[in-house]
This record gives sequence, structure tokens and C-alpha cells, in this order.
Amino acid sequence: MSEHKIEMVLNGHSHRGAAEGRRTLCDYLRQDAGCTGVHVGCEHGVCGACTVRVDGQAVRSCLMLAVQADGCTVTTVEGLAAADGTLHPVQQAMQDEFALQCGFCTPGVVITLATLTDVPEKPSEAALLAAMSGHICRCTGYQGIRRAIRRLAGEATGERA
Amino acid sequence: MNETTPIAAGRFIGQRMPRKEDPRLLTGRGTFVDDISFPGMLHVAFVRSPIARGKITGIDLSVARGMPGVHAVYTAADLAKIKVTPLSFFLTPSEVEVPLLATDHVAYAGDPVVLIVADDRYLAEDAASVVTVDYEEEDPVVSLADARNGALVHPGTESNVSAAMGLDEDEDGEALLAGAAHLINRTVIHQRISQSPMETRGIVVSKQGAGELLVHITCQSPHMIARYLTIALGMPEYSIRVLAKDVGGSFGLKNTPWREELAVIAAALLLGRPLKWIEDRLENLISANQAREQEMTMRVGFDGQGKLLAARGEYSSNNGAYPQGADANVAVHMFMWAAYKIPYYSFYTQGWYSNTVGLAAYRGPWALESLIREAMLDIAARQLGIDPVEIRRRNLVTLADQPTATTMGIPLEDITPAECLEKLLTVLDIDAFRREQAAARQEGRHLGLGIATYIEPTGSAGSMPVMTGELAQLRVEPTGKVTATMSTHSQGHGTQTTMAQVIADRLGVPYEDVTVFEGDSAHGGFGPGAAGSRQGVIGGGASLKAAGLLQQKVKTLAAHLLNANVEDVSLEGGVIHVAGSPEMTRSLRQIAEIAYGEPARLPPGFEAGLEAQYRYTPPPMTFTSAAHGCIVEVDIETGFVKILRWISSEDCGNVINPAVVEGQIAGGLAQAIGMVLLEEAGYDARGNPIAVTFKDYLLPAISDVPDFEYVHASTPSQSEGGFRGVGEGGAIIGPPTLFNAIADALSPFGEVPLTLPLTPTRLLEVIEGRSMTSVAHAPAPVAPVVTEVAPAPVAAPAPPAAPARVDGLWKMVMASPMGGQEMKGRLATEGTTLTGTLLSDQGNQDFAGSIEGNRLKWEMKVTKPVSLTLKYDLVVEGDSISGKVKMGMFGTAKLTGERLE
Ligand code: FES
Ligand code: FES
Repeated sequence: MSEHKIEMVLNGHSHRGAAEGRRTLCDYLRQDAGCTGVHVGCEHGVCGACTVRVDGQAVRSCLMLAVQADGCTVTTVEGLAAADGTLHPVQQAMQDEFALQCGFCTPGVVITLATLTDVPEKPSEAALLAAMSGHICRCTGYQGIRRAIRRLAGEATGERA
Repeated sequence: MNETTPIAAGRFIGQRMPRKEDPRLLTGRGTFVDDISFPGMLHVAFVRSPIARGKITGIDLSVARGMPGVHAVYTAADLAKIKVTPLSFFLTPSEVEVPLLATDHVAYAGDPVVLIVADDRYLAEDAASVVTVDYEEEDPVVSLADARNGALVHPGTESNVSAAMGLDEDEDGEALLAGAAHLINRTVIHQRISQSPMETRGIVVSKQGAGELLVHITCQSPHMIARYLTIALGMPEYSIRVLAKDVGGSFGLKNTPWREELAVIAAALLLGRPLKWIEDRLENLISANQAREQEMTMRVGFDGQGKLLAARGEYSSNNGAYPQGADANVAVHMFMWAAYKIPYYSFYTQGWYSNTVGLAAYRGPWALESLIREAMLDIAARQLGIDPVEIRRRNLVTLADQPTATTMGIPLEDITPAECLEKLLTVLDIDAFRREQAAARQEGRHLGLGIATYIEPTGSAGSMPVMTGELAQLRVEPTGKVTATMSTHSQGHGTQTTMAQVIADRLGVPYEDVTVFEGDSAHGGFGPGAAGSRQGVIGGGASLKAAGLLQQKVKTLAAHLLNANVEDVSLEGGVIHVAGSPEMTRSLRQIAEIAYGEPARLPPGFEAGLEAQYRYTPPPMTFTSAAHGCIVEVDIETGFVKILRWISSEDCGNVINPAVVEGQIAGGLAQAIGMVLLEEAGYDARGNPIAVTFKDYLLPAISDVPDFEYVHASTPSQSEGGFRGVGEGGAIIGPPTLFNAIADALSPFGEVPLTLPLTPTRLLEVIEGRSMTSVAHAPAPVAPVVTEVAPAPVAAPAPPAAPARVDGLWKMVMASPMGGQEMKGRLATEGTTLTGTLLSDQGNQDFAGSIEGNRLKWEMKVTKPVSLTLKYDLVVEGDSISGKVKMGMFGTAKLTGERLE
């Protein structure tokens, strides 16, 4: 099998590794790079749990190969909080609004909302809700997530990882 | 707006305290089963049957065995070296043998046939793809109609009935129904549901030396799994430790391990290497046990005023090939009319085997009672020209009616569905809605209102042997911080939060100072976990009790050390005060350091340290009540349903954390919306699963679920702390609420069939008055029973018969709610007096009764599973004995048997 060298900036640190051509990005991040916060709920692009940020875009890491992330900047849920532990505004809003129960869908939700709100222009509630419709949460009935979205739509964080 | 009055507002009980679980889960630092690895760990994949039924005529493993990275390729014959007995939730062996891997035949599409162990999952799946299995395909038994009429799913059994209870004929009930002014007769068809926790099943097993087994498994209670594995493996020499820190939802699926998890354990024991198997979503949708798939016909008689007179229910469920519980779901009948005044209810209930994946639990496994009852009450209201609220007011049990008992004999002391309904009406203006509805209809828009009421049993303990109390073990550490080790377990329930609230509140320490540990069978004590909305009630009670004991201990020691009266000592915010003596104020840490480190300063007889524990067993059942209201708009062009408003008015007693309670209700309601509108895990006629990805199995998305509004009534329960359970309610009351709203919206067009899910196609059939289902996809018609599956004869009033030989030893099987119970009975007669002894593994019990001709009657009191008087009514014919046993709230069970001596 073909092994390919991979280099990326992962959660702000340089990372080097190697993967077979067929290895998915989610498996690589979880098993080779130690980012077990990347969750795998369906492996066919529907649930959104595996969402990570690649070069500023929220992508489904189950539908992307690890080799495709070579040379990219990748942020997983582990890379969002500040170094001193201060939660990202999306994480804080989710905590304040009871937006999670089991927490399995949460990393993907957090990454999607953070990617949309880490921009200077304030995203609309409708835009955030539309993005959220690509995530499945089996526990919460989305009540807290919707409350968090309403808060976030009113508070763009103005930074971009 | 949400009306949320903090009830019994303590310092922390009743408050929306932030969840202690969230910081780790929000930052990707949770520990789910797939996050566990061991050095040298290998990975498992399964070869599964592509057909629903057939004989295995050959398996070729040669290519797979030779592939690089493959360590083992096991068939059923290999795993048979490790004896494993799959058990039901009640920890009893299954009625039919459940193989870990298919032996000589496959019984459903997805049936595991070969287990591959390889260096990683990619290689294991490569190897699985080159295993060839030859099958001789047979016609599968797929639907309930097939099960009634088709071949036996398990050759050697008498019929495809896996369990049955109740009366298949009931003359008394028929007479009452015949005399009713109004008789309503409907059938509900509930589709098959996949629980679909976002985290699929998974296990990591590590054999640690000769006598230790370490199991990480996604589950509902590590204690339950450890208990289960100890019995299922029958290896007393093994110490088994089960861990599950974070679990990504369960909803009934992960009550107990099943075939795949047990096969992985057997393989790990054979191979001696740590093994990991994480189910992928395709596997989860075809081979994880599923739920529901029920049909029920109900006939209800009303008097001229819409008061309930009598009802009769006949229930069947498709339990699949290897159900986790082969039962006939008697709880559907126990709670069918529990909140209503009805003089008479009888039922017949059956579970059926089929060539489909087995049945497991799903949030509110008996929920069909609420769906059929509440839907039929609305149908009756429409037929009788009464308002849906009014028909409920005329029939619901109110607080003023209590104490009373249900028709099935369940005691009711403090249920409040009628009061919840009135509370609902304070925020839902029905008259205003009717005006709006009428105006909208003028414009061609179709709005509908649905109301439903119910009660649910929660916090069950002692009603079944596995449903125990919960244990709280607390300690004030030498640091002054508080550690709790609980028997509870969270799969999203937030028990680390709610238990900490209760402990901090009762003990008198800051919430931040309390850490709750759970998820490890080696710590804490046995608890069956999240099953039956029980942990808040029972774990909360245990926490209160243990915290009370611990506080007493702190006060006793502080009083001694400070030379004060214990009554003057208080503990608030982690600080010890003595009334009137501010100079004596001490931190908890100062007292704790002495308690652990300076034994000479302790009072005589005082146990060193600051530790306390309590196992709390609540009353057998704690009821939660609710009334929900929902408003929908149905688009008559497309058949799409939009939910405009949904109000929950529920009484779950004293609320520990309103945000957690509302989260449980909302999660259940979202699942209800899925059941009514979207989800279906069905099969085609050949037994091929038709929903194998989340593109076919449609789960509710954020756009499908409205904002829920909550009204909390809060009648304290009789259990410690006054809590009531809330985990399942939304999934029980949600379906009828939504169904009734849709039926109301479409009432100008006709009646909406009680067939779930109500897809746009089904609704357009009602709207346009024609069938739009293509023939190929038509649901299998419910065939009339052609070949009557030999039901055990029921004792009819005995004709005067020749005196039968009764004396002797008899072997008997009673179809109880927990499965077939075997016993032996030694009977002796003298004139019309019957005496005897029943011998079972529960012990021996003597009884006395009567004999008339060949008809025997006796009564017996039992205390297990609950205190009950069993009324036996049997007929002896030759060397066989049969008849029925009345089991109080569990209804009537059939008994059959034969002479041994
Ligand atoms: S795991 Fe990638 S979308 Fe579900
Ligand atoms: S919190 Fe469990 S799936 Fe979303």
C-alpha cells in the first residue's frame, strides 16, 4: 500500500505524519494525530459529527482523505479554546444554553458554528440555522443549540483561526 | 415564554446549574469507547449475511487467513470454545438459543457469520470482503403477517410466538362492549425504529493476565454490564471490570451487550490480545437491535355521555430473530388506561419471531398505549361531537379521586394528568385557536390542534429483580472537597451535574466543590443505569440520604472539637459555624484534616475520616403526569407538516435542574417527531433492510423541531426529595399529541390512518382521497390469521367432567411478563379440597384450594416480582393441565403443563 507523507498545521502546531492513500481524514486525526474530539457518527457525510476546519472551511472529515489535507491548516474542537482554557464564544454559548447532552455531536456543531462566527461580519440567525441543519443531534431536540445560535447571531467573535 | 418556577428552591436543587460534563465535552476531551486504545490492540470486523434466511453450505476463509495484517478469522465453531450465554435485560437466558455468530443458518440480513481480527479496521474489512460464504436461500419470514402464517423462524419451536399473555377470548369484555352506546374500533401500525444514538455500539476488551478482564463498552450502566458478563460468561475465576466514562446516547439500545459485543469478548479471550470493535453506521442500522414495529387493535366502548365503559386491546410486536427481550410488552396494557376511569379492560398480547434483526428497548418501550388511547379519544370525541378536552375531563383520574387503583390494580395516590391539562389550558387558548383555524381554512390553510394526556411509571425499583435502588458513596476529602461515587450513569443525562446539585444542597457545600464519579463497575455499587426514567428519582434520593448522614458526621465531629452543642453547629457553603460564636467558624478542610489525620482528637467511638453511604430504594413506582398541546399546519399541496407550537405541561415532582428536565423532555419530543413524521427502519419482502444510511433513515434535523414551551407543575412525589422521573416522557406523549394535531388539521378531508410514519404520501392519500402508494412498496397487508397458531387452551368454565386424576407431580410453564416461568406442582385432592406445593427456583410454596370435576382453583401470595395474589384456574385433561393465572396488574397469564408422576 502507498504511504504518503503529510504535513499540516494542526491546532496551531506543526504536525508531520504519513498515511495510506485511502485513509480518511477523520481516522487520521483521531488515530494518528490523537485528536479524539473528532467524532465519527455515520462515515457518509450526513451527521456532521466529524466536522473540522480545513483552511478556514468547515468540512466533513469522513468524506475527505488525510492526504488531501497535506499542506493545510486544520483546526479540530481541541484547538478552539484559548491556551489558558477560556472557552471559545461558541463553546461558552453552548454551555450557557444547555446545548448538549451526550456531547457526541457537539464537536462538529461547535466547529461549524465557530467557523461561521469567527468572521468580522455578523452572521444572520438564518445562516447559522441553515448550517446547523447539516448536523444531527439525537439527544437535545436542538433547543439549546437554537438558543446558542440566537446569541451567536448577535455576537460575531471577529477572529479567524 | 417558559414558565419555570424553581420548586422547593434550595441552594442548588431547582436551579439551572451549569453542567459539569460540558467543559470536557465541548473541548473534545470526553472519553468515549472509541477513544480507548491499548498497546498491541487489534481491530475486529464482521462478515455478515446478505440474505434474511438460509442455510450456510460453505465458508471459504483461505484467502482472508493469508492476508497480511490478519491475525485471526473466527467462525461460530471457533468461538464455541468459549461458552457465552446471551441474557435478557432480566438476566435470564433467551427462550431460543442465541449464537454469537451464525452456525449452520442465517436468520436475518446482517446476521454476523465470521469475525476477523486484523492490525487495523481497514485491513479487517479488506479480509472480510474476501471471505466467501455459500448460502442456500430460503423464503424469509419478515412481517407480522408472515410470522403468523409462514415457516418457523426457529425450527423446533412450536410456533413463531415468542411470548404471549392475556386472554385470546374474553366473553365478559365482549358483553360489555356489545352494550356500549358507542363503540370505536381502530388499529395502529407503528413502524420499526432504530434508536440511532449518535455513538454506535462499540467495545474494547483486554484480557489482563489469566484472571482479569477489562471491558470498555458504550452502555447504560457499567455495573449492569459487569453483572451480565459475570453470568453470561460463567467464569467465576475472572474479575471483570467494566468502564464507560462518556456514552454518546443510548435510548434503550445499550441496556445489555448483544451478539457482536459478546463475540468480541470471546475472541479476545481466545486470542489473548486486546480487541476493539466499533460498529459503523451501516452495521448499526442493519444489525443493532431495533424497536417498536407493533400492531394493535383496540375496541373502546363509551356511554352516551362519552364516559369510558370497557376496552379490549390486542397487541402484536415483531420481535425479530434474536430479541434482547422476547416479551409481549405487557406494560402496554398495564398503563393503557392507568390515568383514566374505566371499569374494564382486557387484552391479548403477543411477541413474534421473524427473520429480522432483534427487538431491543427504545425510550418508553410501552409508549404505544398512549398513542392508541389518545388518538382514539380524539376520534371518539369527533364521533360523539364532544371537545377533545371535554372527553378527557370526563374520564381522567383527578387528585380528588385518589387514592384509588387502576383497572389493572396499580395503586394511584398522586397522579395529576387532569391538573396538568388544566394548567396547559392556561397558556393554550383553545377558543382563540378554533377561531384562527376557521379563518385559516377560509384561506385554504389547514391548522390542527392536538392534545394528549398520560402518566408514566418512573423510578421503578423492586418491581423486577434487576431494578434495584441506587447507591451514593460520599466523602469529604482531607482537602475539604467532596467526592461522590455513584451507581448512576449518564449517556447524556447529566447525572454528574444533578447529583452534585443534590449533594451540595443537602450537605451545605459549594456546588463547585462536589465531584461526581460514575462509569466504573469497580467503584460505587450496582445500579441498572438509565432504564425507566429512574436515576433522578433514585440516585437523587440516595444522594440526599447519604449527604444527610455525612453532614451529621461533620457536625458531630465539629461539635466535639469546638466543645459546642451539636444542635448549634451548621454547615453552610463549606464553612462550619457555631451559633452565636463567630470565632469558632472553621473551614470544612480544617475539620476534615483532623478527621483523617489526628485520630487522637476524635470523639470516642467516632470512625475516622468523613465518609457516608446510602443505598436508597424508593416506592415501587413513582408516577409522572403530563398534558401536551401542539399546533400544526399541514400543506395540502405537498403533505408536509409544519409544527407551529408545542407546549409541555408536566408534573415531574420537585425539579433538580429545570434545564436538564427540559432537555430530557425536548429530546424525547424530537424523537416523537421522528417517529410520527420521518423515521422508518423497514424491510422489503425479501427481508432486505430499506434504511441503511442516514440518507434513508431520516432523523429529525433542527428545521423539523420547533421551540418547545414548558409549564412545570410540581407535586412532590412520595420518594425521598419528592422527585419524579422524566427521561422517557417526551417520547411517550409526543406521538399522540402530534398525531392528534395532524388528524385535526385534516379532519375536513377524512380520517388519518394510525399508520406511522405519516409521510407526505400518506397524508396526501387522506387529502386527495386516493391511494398513492405504489404496489411494489405497499406495506404488507395485515393478513387475517389463516392458520391459527395453536394457542394454549384456556380454561372455559368446565363442563361437568368425569373426575380427573389430579393427584401427582406436574410440570408447568406459566407465560409471565418476564418470560416462561417453569415450575413443578405436587397436587393432592380430598373430596373438593385441593392441597399442593409449587416447587420453583424461587423456593417451595404450599397452597390450598378447591376442585370441582376436573377444574382446580387456588390462590397464592407472592412477593416477587412484587406483592401479588396469583389466582390459578386450571383444568386437568388426562395427563395435561392448562388454564390461566390472574396476576393482578400484570393481567392474566396462560399456564400449560403435563404430568410427571
Ligand atoms: S461522520 Fe462525517 S458526517 Fe457523519
Ligand atoms: S448531544 Fe447527544 S447527539 Fe447531540
